[in-house]
Amino acid sequence: MKTFIIKRLIQALAVCLVISMISFFLLFLNADPALVLLPPEAEVEDIAAFKKQMGFDRPIIVQYLDFIGKVIFHADFGNSFVAKVPTLKLLAERVPATLKLTASAVLIANLIAIPLGILAAVRRYSLLDNLSTLIALMGQAMPLYWLGIMLIIVFGVWLGWLPISGSQTLPHLILPAVTLAAYLLPANMRLVRSGMLDVLNQDYIRTARAKGAGEIRVFIVHAFKNAAIPLVIITGLQFSILLGGTVVTETVFAWPGLGRLAVNSILMGDYPVVQAIVIFFSLCVVIGNLLADILAAFIDPRIRQE
Amino acid sequence: MNSSKILEITELTTCFDTPEGLVRAVDGVSLVIESGRTLGVLGESGCGKSVTALSVMGLLPKPQGRISSGSIYFQGKDLVRKSPRTLRALRGSEMAMIFQEPMTSLNPVYTVGEQIAEAFTIHEHLPKKLGLQKARETLFQVGIPSPEQRIHEYPHQLSGGMRQRIMIAMAMACRPKLLIADEPSTALDVTIQAQILDLMLNLQEETGMSIMMITHDLGVVAEMSDHLAVMYAGKVVECAPVDVIFNAPGHPYTLGLMRSIPRPGRKFSSGKQALAEIPGIVPGLIDPPPGCLFAPRCDRAFERCRLEMPPLFNLKDQSGSSHGVRCWLAESMAQQPATQGGRT
Ligand SMILES: Nc1ncnc2c1ncn2[C@@H]1O[C@H](COP(=O)(O)OP(=O)(O)OP(=O)(O)O)[C@@H](O)[C@H]1O
Ligand SMILES: [Mg+2]
Repeated sequence: MKTFIIKRLIQALAVCLVISMISFFLLFLNADPALVLLPPEAEVEDIAAFKKQMGFDRPIIVQYLDFIGKVIFHADFGNSFVAKVPTLKLLAERVPATLKLTASAVLIANLIAIPLGILAAVRRYSLLDNLSTLIALMGQAMPLYWLGIMLIIVFGVWLGWLPISGSQTLPHLILPAVTLAAYLLPANMRLVRSGMLDVLNQDYIRTARAKGAGEIRVFIVHAFKNAAIPLVIITGLQFSILLGGTVVTETVFAWPGLGRLAVNSILMGDYPVVQAIVIFFSLCVVIGNLLADILAAFIDPRIRQE
Repeated sequence: MNSSKILEITELTTCFDTPEGLVRAVDGVSLVIESGRTLGVLGESGCGKSVTALSVMGLLPKPQGRISSGSIYFQGKDLVRKSPRTLRALRGSEMAMIFQEPMTSLNPVYTVGEQIAEAFTIHEHLPKKLGLQKARETLFQVGIPSPEQRIHEYPHQLSGGMRQRIMIAMAMACRPKLLIADEPSTALDVTIQAQILDLMLNLQEETGMSIMMITHDLGVVAEMSDHLAVMYAGKVVECAPVDVIFNAPGHPYTLGLMRSIPRPGRKFSSGKQALAEIPGIVPGLIDPPPGCLFAPRCDRAFERCRLEMPPLFNLKDQSGSSHGVRCWLAESMAQQPATQGGRT
């Protein structure tokens, strides 16, 4: 188990390094930072001087090595072009809000998806099953920003029950977290349902019944623990989708997290911040996957042995 | 014989709803098992052996499978009319079952110990720790070496034979009165097979339980059973004490089965040595043709066989034990048609 984790950690770091490289080059292909940062009326000499001062005149490889070297050896992501403070400090201010949002979304999504998926499998083709299939389909077809805006209109504007922007209190969390959860819920519910249906057909379920196990014991103890393995692994893979989702959700609800910071930084050409966020997100995805794999190995002894 | 019956199945019919139509997997089956004895249930693949067993256990796959008529008296109670709750309380305590597929019948995410201990948790409400303690004792009783270690192992770490032993241990945990063994050794290789059967015989001697031994292997029947019921296409076609059938099989199908094994078991000496196989296949159970279902494959079939299903004729032989045969050829030798199916 220990070597498994260490191996996976090394893999994770390599993945982050590659991602940082790709994102670095993509940013520079996209637009010349000097042109974005300087006012449009800047003279040619000014631009050249600015480039020299910022080091943009060097070959892109050299710039990358310089950047990644500082990141690795000094944990220094440079200063924000716009805010003129260390990038890391900006990030640190935003991380808690994003973590709070994503964790709540994952929690809400699974707290609903798991029981609903189990019930749908157990009462297959019942009204509940068909209804949840319908809702799942609708949920999957709905764009995130549209759902967010609808929730704002209904619960914020018409009913006036919940605040629609900012993050000061717990009620502020509800709408964005629900929006993001709605993004994950349909897939997870379908996954639990199909996993349960698959497992309930297995011979060991019949063995459990032959032992005299009651229905609840059969569904939860014997079936769900097996059906949870794919759910855990997929949830790990969902981190990337989830972080993409935060960009939209945080923007719609003015949630002061990394997603909104990313959007603003891209618009303002604040490349060090964008770069740092990309690396942080990829780190999150990789660690999320790793945690999911560890959890799956914890549940399933066959994975542990590999 | 005046020993009491632990299980008496009468005219049991079990159906499955399938997209192609209603399948009568078990059709008017009557069987009796006496306390402490072993009934062998013999027949080709698909003849309804497992479905009979699952009907007794109340484990028919839902919602497609159901018992449509008949009764199953177990220790004097009709299981067909009992609530699911009552059946659940009996399963794993009074009656237990081991399955055909040792490789997939254990839950992969729990240790062997946990899975055996569960029986004690369910039926004796023991806390997990005590349950594990008793699981270890059970493993010891079924002769599994180093039970201390075994209880911490997972199914995927064990061989097929070991898994089947674990299944037996699990079934024996609460000392059932009736053990239904559905081809417990079919999936295992020959030496392991013998060990598993020996183990069951020993456990029977120790505990006095009754066994329903389902198999398609005559050798297993010869070694294990007191009585034998031969099934064909959902019906019992012959039933009697094992030696009666082995000495004088009454149904052409039984005779065919005996001819189709290369080395006859030690219990029967007469008979041809040539290895014959029964031509043809078991007919479909949806809309079966009238008449005897074995007729299309029977070399002694005549007109009547194709038109009318024979009842189970009761041949009384010298020793006085009953011998039921579902064949028109037996009519002339029968004293009267057996109404309740043969006694075993
Ligand atoms: N779940 C099911 N759905 C529909 N039909 C079924 C189902 N289970 C069994 N049957 C039908 O019941 C018949 C008898 O099946 P059963 O499993 O009892 O055979 P068996 O005698 O145990 O054979 P084997 O030696 O292969 O185990 C089969 O031919 C099949 O058509
Ligand atoms: Mg079977």
